[in-house]
Amino acid sequence: MAAVTHDQLQGHQPGPTGLMRWLTTTNHKDIGTMYMIFSFIMFLSGGVMALTIRAELFQPGLQVVQPEFFNQLTTMHGLVMVFGAIMPAFVGFANWMIPLMIGASDMAFARMNNWSFWLLPPAAILLIGSFFVPGGATAAGWTLYAPLSVQMGMGMDLAIFAIHIMGISSIMGAINIVVTVLNMRAPGMTLMKMPLFCWTWLITAYLLIAVMPVLAGAVTMILTDRHFGTSFFNAAGGGDPVMYQHIFWFFGHPEVYIMILPAFGIVSQIIPTFARKPLFGYASMVYATASIAILSFAVWAHHMFATGMPAAGQLFFMYATMLIAVPTGVKVFNWVATMWRGSMTFETPMLWATGFIFVFTMGGFTGLICAIAPIDIQVQDTYYVVAHFHYVLVAGSLFALFAGAYYWLPKWTGHMPSEFLGKLHFWCSIVFFNITFFPMHFLGLAGMPRRIPDYALQFADFNALASVGAFGFGLSQLIFLVVVVKCVRGGERAAARSWEGAEGLEWTVPSPAPHHTFEQAPVVK
Amino acid sequence: MESARRFATASAAVGLAGPALAQDSPARYNLQAPVTGIAEQINDMHTLMLVICLVIFIGVFGVMFWAVFHHRKSKGAVAAHFHENTAVEIAWTVIPILILLGMAWPATRTVIEMKDTSNPDLTIKATGYQWKWGYDYLQGEGEGIRFLSSLSTPREQIEGGAPKGEAYLLEVDKPLVVPVGKKVRVLLTANDVIHSWWVPAFGVKQDAIPGFIRDTWFRADKEGIYRGNCAELCGRDHGFMPIEVHVVSAEKYAEWVSAQMQAQNVALAAQ
Ligand code: HEM
Ligand SMILES: [Cu+2]
Ligand SMILES: [Cu+2]
Repeated sequence: MAAVTHDQLQGHQPGPTGLMRWLTTTNHKDIGTMYMIFSFIMFLSGGVMALTIRAELFQPGLQVVQPEFFNQLTTMHGLVMVFGAIMPAFVGFANWMIPLMIGASDMAFARMNNWSFWLLPPAAILLIGSFFVPGGATAAGWTLYAPLSVQMGMGMDLAIFAIHIMGISSIMGAINIVVTVLNMRAPGMTLMKMPLFCWTWLITAYLLIAVMPVLAGAVTMILTDRHFGTSFFNAAGGGDPVMYQHIFWFFGHPEVYIMILPAFGIVSQIIPTFARKPLFGYASMVYATASIAILSFAVWAHHMFATGMPAAGQLFFMYATMLIAVPTGVKVFNWVATMWRGSMTFETPMLWATGFIFVFTMGGFTGLICAIAPIDIQVQDTYYVVAHFHYVLVAGSLFALFAGAYYWLPKWTGHMPSEFLGKLHFWCSIVFFNITFFPMHFLGLAGMPRRIPDYALQFADFNALASVGAFGFGLSQLIFLVVVVKCVRGGERAAARSWEGAEGLEWTVPSPAPHHTFEQAPVVK
Repeated sequence: MESARRFATASAAVGLAGPALAQDSPARYNLQAPVTGIAEQINDMHTLMLVICLVIFIGVFGVMFWAVFHHRKSKGAVAAHFHENTAVEIAWTVIPILILLGMAWPATRTVIEMKDTSNPDLTIKATGYQWKWGYDYLQGEGEGIRFLSSLSTPREQIEGGAPKGEAYLLEVDKPLVVPVGKKVRVLLTANDVIHSWWVPAFGVKQDAIPGFIRDTWFRADKEGIYRGNCAELCGRDHGFMPIEVHVVSAEKYAEWVSAQMQAQNVALAAQ
């Protein structure tokens, strides 16, 4: 017993080394790291698919890929980014940071934590491997609408299994987070004293537990329609293709909040640090997050205005969706009020967080415009919607992830990330992001449908511009890789409190955070 | 900052150049020039929303950038300590709700109007196939006419072997023909997977769902050729099943109807 403790104090890890260490680890920091490496690999894979799409769309006509393969690329790009890149990245942050923020020694279910991560690589192999089976990957769009998804080849079955596995992983991860947050807070850390990142993740975890099974049900019904003679989504057998959409979006809309609420949490940690001023409206932030989460269950059919719902249905979903703009607005106002009369500095994390607020809000506005049912009839399934969701997902979730990565890299690696490269990464990303996605608003309004490999001539200029921007954006992300590698290898030593204004328990442990932290729970006053 | 400039240019483009451009050449920045009352309402609503959003945007980010530039440590700013203010927080919850109510009102009227498919002059059924449209004139002048309508852009143009024509990918062999100023009800269904029938200038987009019938309507106020696309991913050639509608005068329509009838009778006799 004593020997083990001694080992840990010296920073040696008892137990296996090398590959076995990573396969068997139950340490929340190791697992968090693996989640993030995994999600970055998936981010690059999804990025390569996106660049192939943009290469094809650079000019009118078919040059690079054939339509069938094009559809596979758009579908897989969506699935890989949503389930492979964004969601696991946030779970990685949760693993690393939640125990450090609440003063817990590890996650509540450490072995299950290992299992939730190690489910992901096989799922990714199934998903990406589906490109190489007869018929190729599924080409039904990331929404996998029936009956098109019922027509697909065996790539669809692989995608379904991959989704099942990733769903199980998410649910286990979510249960772990709920139990950790509710039971393992240090003495004195009441719920309303908890860092906002933990709050947003607690609420996100409930969303995950609620809706991942719904998605699993939807894709399972597709599976049985495909192979076992059921007709859930086939009118000839008494089913209804639109029912699939209801089930999918009952998952799908909360899912978009699963991808943004933790981002709100990260940004709410960073802004006060660099404004050197407490977060404005902490309580209203918590309530806003909770109301967004609750409302998100009542708006799903705003993705289905063109299916031909009755007027009462359209009106209900229009009003409910518009209502979500209120708590979202409150969040933005709170961040701005936090910055107001602060004493701000703009190190890399703050730059990303400020960029996040600015660009994400544009996505919020286009969301509001899409919520107006008659306008949405025009822009649904056009590039306008593509612009909207990239403003909220790339400029929202992804930028917040970068902000968080730069913020906590000192804690993870013990070194300060390069300010120069970090800023370069930021400016390249935000400029190229807007060059890529801003013109898509025009394309969509003027009538360019989404998910098409070729387009009418009046759309040529903006598409060329978007493609140039996309390659710039893609290449800029390699800067991040360089920053992280350099930061792991060396650099300026980071203090325990790596940023002047940083508050919270994670800054009370040394940098890099030792393998085991808070074995003795700290006391929060 | 880059994005701020782009946003400003873009909004200026939408506000000024958009409508002007849309008149003659195909739309580039804004919604296509409307030719139905509904599309007109949608355009107005969109402009209104854009203006409101822009004003809020400038307000919020004016404040934020003011803080970004002035409340900096390097400028000697000392952090204040406030972290809540009930009055302000109530105000920025309640005021947005009022603005939203203002937006919801015109939208509600349009939704109800869009859904009113009663008393049509003409009823046409459109069926989505992988990858073309079929049209059946079910009721009204021209009843009994039926034909398939598929992409007429030659393969060489798509593959780069020939220069691309003006209506590249937006042209069909047999366009839908309707009379101007008449209420046309369109019934939609599909044969295989979900498609979506979309003509932007009419403000009409309705999914065509296999095994079910949905309906929508339009009344085009201006003669001309209007083009649209299938707007729901439907497989390999989803990008290649356009919609072309010719809106013609009552006389021209009557001529077209009798020509079609004759051709169909000839075809029947030949069988
Ligand atoms: C103010 C808040 C928001 C509002 C009012 C809003 C509204 C909408 C509406 C009405 C649509 C349907 C558009 C259509 O398909 O025609 C949509 C699509 C979408 N939204 Fe949002 N949204 C908001 C925020 C977000 C956030 C925060 C995310 C994710 C981080 C998000 C992700 C998406 C995605 C992925 C789609 C497209 C799904 C697809 O068709 O593939 N939205 N949004
Ligand atoms: Cu949604
Ligand atoms: Cu289609």
